[in-house]
Amino acid sequence: MTAAPPARQARTRKRFGPGGRRRARHALTGYLFIAPFLAVFLLVLVLPLGYAFYLSLFRSRLVGGTVFVGLANYGAAFSDTLFLHGMRLVTGYLLIQAPVMLGLALFFALALDSRRMRFVRFIRLGMFVPYAVPSVVAALMWGYLYGGSFGLFAEIARDIGVEPFGFLTSKWMLGSIANISWWEFIGYTMIVMYAALQAIPPELYDASAVDGAGPLRTAWSVKIPMIRPVLQLLAFFAVIGAFQLFSEPNIMAAVAPTVIGSAYTPNLYAYNLVFTDQEPNYAAAISFLVGFVILILSYAVIFSMNRRTRNP
Amino acid sequence: MSSTSRTVQRHSIPDEPASPVAGRRRRGGRRSRRDLRPSNVLTLVMLAFLAYFLLPLVWLLISSTKNVTQLFHSFGLWFSGGGFNLFANIHTVFTYQNGVFGTWFENTALYAGVSACAATLLAALGGYGFAKFKFPGRNALFGMILGSIMVPFTVLAIPTYLLLSKVSLDNTRWAIILPSMLSPFGLYLMRVYMEGAVPDSLLESARVDGAGEFRIFATIVLRLAAPGLVTVLLLNLVATWNNYFLPLVMLNNPQLFPITVGLAQWNAQATAGAGSQALFNLVIAGSVISIIPLIAAFLFLQRYWQSGLTLGGVKG
Repeated sequence: MTAAPPARQARTRKRFGPGGRRRARHALTGYLFIAPFLAVFLLVLVLPLGYAFYLSLFRSRLVGGTVFVGLANYGAAFSDTLFLHGMRLVTGYLLIQAPVMLGLALFFALALDSRRMRFVRFIRLGMFVPYAVPSVVAALMWGYLYGGSFGLFAEIARDIGVEPFGFLTSKWMLGSIANISWWEFIGYTMIVMYAALQAIPPELYDASAVDGAGPLRTAWSVKIPMIRPVLQLLAFFAVIGAFQLFSEPNIMAAVAPTVIGSAYTPNLYAYNLVFTDQEPNYAAAISFLVGFVILILSYAVIFSMNRRTRNP
Repeated sequence: MSSTSRTVQRHSIPDEPASPVAGRRRRGGRRSRRDLRPSNVLTLVMLAFLAYFLLPLVWLLISSTKNVTQLFHSFGLWFSGGGFNLFANIHTVFTYQNGVFGTWFENTALYAGVSACAATLLAALGGYGFAKFKFPGRNALFGMILGSIMVPFTVLAIPTYLLLSKVSLDNTRWAIILPSMLSPFGLYLMRVYMEGAVPDSLLESARVDGAGEFRIFATIVLRLAAPGLVTVLLLNLVATWNNYFLPLVMLNNPQLFPITVGLAQWNAQATAGAGSQALFNLVIAGSVISIIPLIAAFLFLQRYWQSGLTLGGVKG
């Protein structure tokens, strides 16, 4: 807000003109305020990233110790069926999980914002509660619900005399995991969208009311376009979340060990490479590649966002 | 919220959505003017969806009152006739394996509390620096920090573990606290919030009065940014309280585990069978205990996060 063009011109003028001393002190104070954050940033983000890249350039051999291999680990990853399978799986997961989550959250947010609802506060809070539940607990709980031993769904199926649904079979596992993350994150997503809807200036509704637009028409041509930056931010978080998938399959592996292998998702694979196979160099390459894919997809989301907001 | 900050908010650029604070204030007026006849169909549909979100928790609560036999032999969504075992389960949770669950609970509280406070302070200092000071490289640095939001923390965890094990800091409390102190999204939220809530004129007059920069920050800025601070604190509290991957990677000493890793381990033992089935009721009761503090925090701090938690989304 403060960095509007006139302010920037003034800043440039001042930096080179008189008053430079006061300016320099001002700048120094600014650096001092951001210094603690930057120190931690370098220590726990930049340094590990650099180290991961460095590690990924080496390989340890039984004979000859650790040797520099250049980008060979990356080359190996591209022909590693376990890794490629994991990447395909999380891509598929993203395509199932994100549209349903964003779609339902948008529907809930629009419904709560429609002013045609009862119990708005109660419903909003109730849907948000799962956000406070750790993903481990969510996965444990749903794992029990899905399961055959004392699972609720199996109990109900037995009572009405039908075959229990195979939530934990390899065919349905991905959907079952997606359901856990819907349960966890739809409420949060909905709350963020709802707040954005609440912040739309009321004048816009007056204009569309004059045009004779109904509630659905208003939602489609006023509300959704107005919160598009928020929708794209949330889509971006969905991409990150999908490619990081770890806790849920890691927990579900306890109840379905034959379905979820050690390389079910790229993150599980990297984890097991370090702690089971003792291959930290290759694991670093895998981690780096996953991060790189997320980076590219995130930039794609942001690029599309900028392009659309510049040419409406 | 002081009236000064509201005035500042009102002058924000028109195509930028107003702050949640302003939104909340305006909503009151709009409700009385625009509320329509409630639709029963829509309300019923939403209540049906609400059941989806609440029923698993209801199941968890009811199951926490059962022992293992009752778990297997009674309907999941109703209490078992064979006795109310909630307190027995809680007692077992806290005494099993020499009371290790209590240690896990303390660890979780310590990790989450310390990391969240540190992360919030760092984000507030940095956010203030970016919001109210102009210095060479400001945009480049901010862009870099913003870009780092895209770096998934689970991707960072393994290299961080390898680094920390070089200096023998893996398998210590620091291995959890240090990485959790970084919150680029928190810094972004604090910058946005302070640009709106801290008027430049107030800072200038404090400087004219001779107040030092740090005193201005501690006495004026932190107070004006309080709702934003609570939001960032809550976000980081939830993130660390619920974190699983980082402690799983960093720790192998059960005495240092947080609840999440401990419960997952009990669950793995329970599902592995071999006579350890008795653990199911422990996992369930432990889960209930672990989610109560955060749900309580969200209920008590509703006023804050409902205006602040959504800030990032609103500003897009």
